[in-house]
Amino acid sequence: MNQPLRVGNSPGAERPDQSDLHMREASLDKLKAFLTLLPSMILVGVFVYGFIGNTIWTSMTDWGGTGSMSLEPQKNFVGLENYIDLFTGFLGGGFRQDLVNAVYYSVMLLAGAVGLGMFIAILLDQKPKGEDLLRTIFLYPMSLSFIVSGTIWRWLLAPQGGVNVLPKYFGFEPLTFKWLSSQSAILVFNWQDSLRILVYVAAFVLIMVGLFKLKKDAGRAVKRWLIPGIVLGALVWVFGGILPDALFMEEEHGFNLATLGIIMATIWQYSGYTMALYLAGFNGISQDLRDAAMLDGASQVGYYRYVAIPMLKPITISAVIILSHISLKMFDLIFAMTGPDNAATGHPALNMYLTTFRGNEFARGAAIAIVLFLIAAMFIVPYLVGQYRQQGRH
Amino acid sequence: MSARKFTLGSVFLYGTLALLALLFLMPAYMATVTALKLPADISLPTAWEWPSVVNWASFSDALVKLKPDFINSLILTICGTAGSTVLGSLNGYVFSKWKFKGSDVIFTLFLFGMFIPYQVILIPLFQTLRAMNLYGGLPGLILAHIVYGLPITSLIFRNFYSQIPTALIESARLDGAGFFSIYLRIVFPLSIPGFVVTSLWQFTQIWNEFLWGICLTRHTANPITVGLANLAGGQAVTWNLPMAGSILAALPVLAIYIFLGRYFIRGLLAGSVKE
Amino acid sequence: MKKALAKMLVVFAAALLIGAPQAAQASDLKGELEIFSWWAGDEGPALDALIDIYKKENPGVKVINATVTGGSGVNAQAVLKTRMLGGEPPDSFQVHAGQELIGTWVKADRMEDLAPLFKEQGWMDVFPEGLIKLIGTDNGIWSVPVTIHRSNVMWYIPANLKKWGVEAPKTWDDFLTIAPKLKSEGVVPLALAQNWTANHLWESVALAAMGADNWDALWSGKLPFDSPEMVKAWELFGKVLQYTNADATSLSWQQATDMVVDGRAAFNIMGDWAAGYMSTTKKLAPGEGYGWVASPGTEGTFMFLADSFGLPKGAPHRANAVAWLKVLGSKEGSDTFNPLKGSISARKDSDLSKYNAYSQSAAKDWKSNRVVGSLAHGVAANDTFKNGFASIMEMFLKTKNPQAASMACAQLAKKAGI
Repeated sequence: MNQPLRVGNSPGAERPDQSDLHMREASLDKLKAFLTLLPSMILVGVFVYGFIGNTIWTSMTDWGGTGSMSLEPQKNFVGLENYIDLFTGFLGGGFRQDLVNAVYYSVMLLAGAVGLGMFIAILLDQKPKGEDLLRTIFLYPMSLSFIVSGTIWRWLLAPQGGVNVLPKYFGFEPLTFKWLSSQSAILVFNWQDSLRILVYVAAFVLIMVGLFKLKKDAGRAVKRWLIPGIVLGALVWVFGGILPDALFMEEEHGFNLATLGIIMATIWQYSGYTMALYLAGFNGISQDLRDAAMLDGASQVGYYRYVAIPMLKPITISAVIILSHISLKMFDLIFAMTGPDNAATGHPALNMYLTTFRGNEFARGAAIAIVLFLIAAMFIVPYLVGQYRQQGRH
Repeated sequence: MSARKFTLGSVFLYGTLALLALLFLMPAYMATVTALKLPADISLPTAWEWPSVVNWASFSDALVKLKPDFINSLILTICGTAGSTVLGSLNGYVFSKWKFKGSDVIFTLFLFGMFIPYQVILIPLFQTLRAMNLYGGLPGLILAHIVYGLPITSLIFRNFYSQIPTALIESARLDGAGFFSIYLRIVFPLSIPGFVVTSLWQFTQIWNEFLWGICLTRHTANPITVGLANLAGGQAVTWNLPMAGSILAALPVLAIYIFLGRYFIRGLLAGSVKE
Repeated sequence: MKKALAKMLVVFAAALLIGAPQAAQASDLKGELEIFSWWAGDEGPALDALIDIYKKENPGVKVINATVTGGSGVNAQAVLKTRMLGGEPPDSFQVHAGQELIGTWVKADRMEDLAPLFKEQGWMDVFPEGLIKLIGTDNGIWSVPVTIHRSNVMWYIPANLKKWGVEAPKTWDDFLTIAPKLKSEGVVPLALAQNWTANHLWESVALAAMGADNWDALWSGKLPFDSPEMVKAWELFGKVLQYTNADATSLSWQQATDMVVDGRAAFNIMGDWAAGYMSTTKKLAPGEGYGWVASPGTEGTFMFLADSFGLPKGAPHRANAVAWLKVLGSKEGSDTFNPLKGSISARKDSDLSKYNAYSQSAAKDWKSNRVVGSLAHGVAANDTFKNGFASIMEMFLKTKNPQAASMACAQLAKKAGI
């Protein structure tokens, strides 16, 4: 070890000096670490948080409409008025539909991309011939820009051509599903009931947690979770009318089947990514473990179901995070596939763009953006809390 | 018995894979076929059919129109990727190996930055870049992409470096190495897979980004996404040209995926797999 | 010898006289000129022709043709508004004349008044009075119209109509009578495409339902948006929609026109860029190949939209921009650009020999008809209203509720300040 030798000191007496030196070096190093991080911190602080703050401020003003483009536009503080208007105002119906669309879109995308990616990864994990080529085929959609893939998929899903016409080449009747122009919807609900629905959801969550905890501690589970949940649900059922209507007139929202086209296109584009994640994960599971599982009599399916996939839970989580943030920012694809004004496939990100730049309503657009940001934050906060707990345990 | 099982299983395996591969290639086929048609032959009912007259001119025309933007995109993407990956690597190094008080909080704040849709901060970004005198040319756009690439590259590198055993770092410190020399001598040489993953991701993101490309640059600095959009402009679009242009524009990224695909997977394995 | 010299002198003098005006026109302006527009693709050649004229007259100026296309013009709006908010205006930008310009830019005091330029170039007499009233305000005139398109035109293929034994309807009642007959023969009576074309159809229907006077009153704030006239317009629109194609939202406007050309649909209401499409791409001859008529109930009214260029305050190269505006408003510029684009000139003295049969008939109507502004294309209402109207249209397409639509319009109008 090359340490500075101090002449005349006994070995025992060296240590305090050394640890002094170490500590000084350590704090100097920590300073260097901090300084290395500093430029990024400043950049992110200004370019991200400064701008978020700016957007929050803008969303609480009335900047918009006539006169908004002047060099010194008039902006008056109006508090949460924009937000209230978005959720319960007459003209916010488009936004509310977009919000419902976004929820369905995100959920279906996550299920589809994770599921399909996992499936393909399992298939490729069998090491078939041509694995490299196949992997490239499944990965290449990620390399395309959304505008390009959106335009191509628009063609594919046009009712008069594209996918609908394909069966003709095999001798079948052409399909007649209207894809992106479909006006039908399932799971339709009335926005007026939204407060009631929220309470139902809360009751449902309570009951679910209670059932889950039943196994661990029956008494507490029943008292803390099940009973409140059931009581809440019953109350809403019977006395739901007490809760105010969220809107003064009926407004139906549901899962528009037109969104299926967009979901398909996004799954096509991102299954490769989840596939790559899972493939990497499978490769990481040591061969010994696999052999052991096989020896224990597990079938192929069983191996994956009970051993491999549970081991890869972190992958699933990180895939969910990345995909959810992509789906909440999704804009180019929807714009290219269905144009700016298709209510059935609208998305708040697109709505924000149009409201701000086509309608000159900057404050309202900022409010939509902040709502989106908060929803995205909801996805990442549990992950971060989990991370913190993990760090704490180490 | 097991031999038959094997055959049945492999039939299922290859059959499913082939079907999936065909489905995945469907859009690429559609794009290629449309690009090779003469404008008059392009119509919805015949979209699947191979062109009667192969029109290679689509590609040469598109190339001519896209060349200046192509070069802009190359400069933009290479600089942006280099900047965000190197900085991300340093940040990841700090976050994973040199935890100081509050570094986790800072990391969390970084992550939040990933969630902002680009349209939201367009106006403040424009005004800030202009105030810094960076509006109109590539440097401003490169800066914007570097900053917004930092959260995800830092995340990937942090997870990646958490794999490196702390003992390795500790022994180097005892050897007297300091912050930077540990990085240069130990961490950086091990970072190749991490760089592959982040570079691939960033290259794709920056190359394919449209909105900032069009708002933050003047005409001469437009990236290729803008050129593509202009190809598809006008009242009656002759689709062979934008399709050909899209294929050309996708080639660089595609090439990287084809050649680095295997390393991408290896990099993912070493990085974001275990948190 | 003397005779030869004399002849030479005469020729020389003649050459000087002919050459002199050319030399006098070429200005000594220098620097750059940045023109911001959304004309790309097949609209590019027309703009290039204008730029060529400009370059000939101002050889010292470098012209930067900054186009932003895509997203039905929304991307161009995003770029332009970002730049203007940030204080980086282009030298001149394309904008729809009328409230789109006035509501967004003029009321924000970002544009220069062009009335002096109009007077200097003698344009006050050359452009129709109705037009000047609609593109100006009490405080001035704000842009130079380059093209005029007509919105309320109904297109059909004469041969097909003869085959089905119907005639182009003159009123919506006529249309509603013949439509069931067409439907029973498997023909879509009225072809429709994605959302903005529904707005386009709506304004023709509404104009017919309430008449030109009420239309003007609506946009000047004198007729309320939830008045019985509006409700009636929405009701008529709902009835007309029954006879449109079910897959409308997935089609582009060209694909709807294709339906008419192929005989799958009978009529299509679209602006007269459809004429350009049918002549150039589909290679049909105006008159025999395709026919047109004012959309039912609007004969005698010309619902126009105009692409124009304005002069932003603080334009970096103001003199160059003013020279550009002069080219745009000139007879030469106008008559070079519009035949290439398929529109008509705003000038009453346009040289009609350069235009095809459709444009000539349109130009005739332009001079004689009553001029009203289009809503779907930015003349009648400002951006805030137009943007919200798209959502109201989507809502109506789903619910077909005329009262709700009118009420929504009233609320939107209040927000937009109409």
